[in-house]
Amino acid sequence: MSSEESAPSVIRVQLFASYAERLGQNIIELSAEGLRTAGDVLDRLRALPSGSAIGPSTLVAVNLRHSPPETPVKSGDEVAVMPPLAGG
Amino acid sequence: MYLTRSPIQLNSLIAQVVSPDRGGIAAFLGTVRDHHGGRMVRALSYSAYDPMAESVSGEIVAEAAARWPVRIALQHRLGDLSIGDVAVAIAVAGGHRDEAFAACRYVIEELKRRVPIWKSETYADGTVEWANEGEAKSEERGGTAAR
Repeated sequence: MSSEESAPSVIRVQLFASYAERLGQNIIELSAEGLRTAGDVLDRLRALPSGSAIGPSTLVAVNLRHSPPETPVKSGDEVAVMPPLAGG
Repeated sequence: MYLTRSPIQLNSLIAQVVSPDRGGIAAFLGTVRDHHGGRMVRALSYSAYDPMAESVSGEIVAEAAARWPVRIALQHRLGDLSIGDVAVAIAVAGGHRDEAFAACRYVIEELKRRVPIWKSETYADGTVEWANEGEAKSEERGGTAAR
């Protein structure tokens, strides 16, 4: 769709359950500048209003896989920030 | 498809895994409890990160099938559920009971640990909360994480 030349480089972050509710949106687009890892994404979100909702047990998925904070992220990745799971 | 918005029928899961050479069939049902954290629950609603929940469920089933000689069927319900409704069902058929029980246990434990599904609970007093809110609040207070 959009090439890196024609659009600013962003990382789309999906939020779920209580996090979507507390931050008031399901998807947040973050400027990719300065975001190298999943941990950087969490730090950026925690700096937002209501970002304190994102607690220490937060899980991150990059491209549908559970990913530790040091996992690299780049524009175009599917990044999800998830509260502790409650299935089953 | 491991996620469903329709009522789960355990019999249809069992029918997917039985065969004449498999004499041990284990099944697990998780149903909606009427209480959580000392509060009465009236109803709940499950939601998921659907594409990841499907792919992780597939990975877990494949891991169990690689580790034990079994066939596995798994379904997790999404949407609004009432007390007593089946939220998750697993059927495992093996040659003997040992592998059937072991694989069934593996699938439910890994599902709870890894599959991105959440539930919001409606309590008897009408308040609605995400089931992980309590844990999140105790973490903010410096409590111990649930896992």
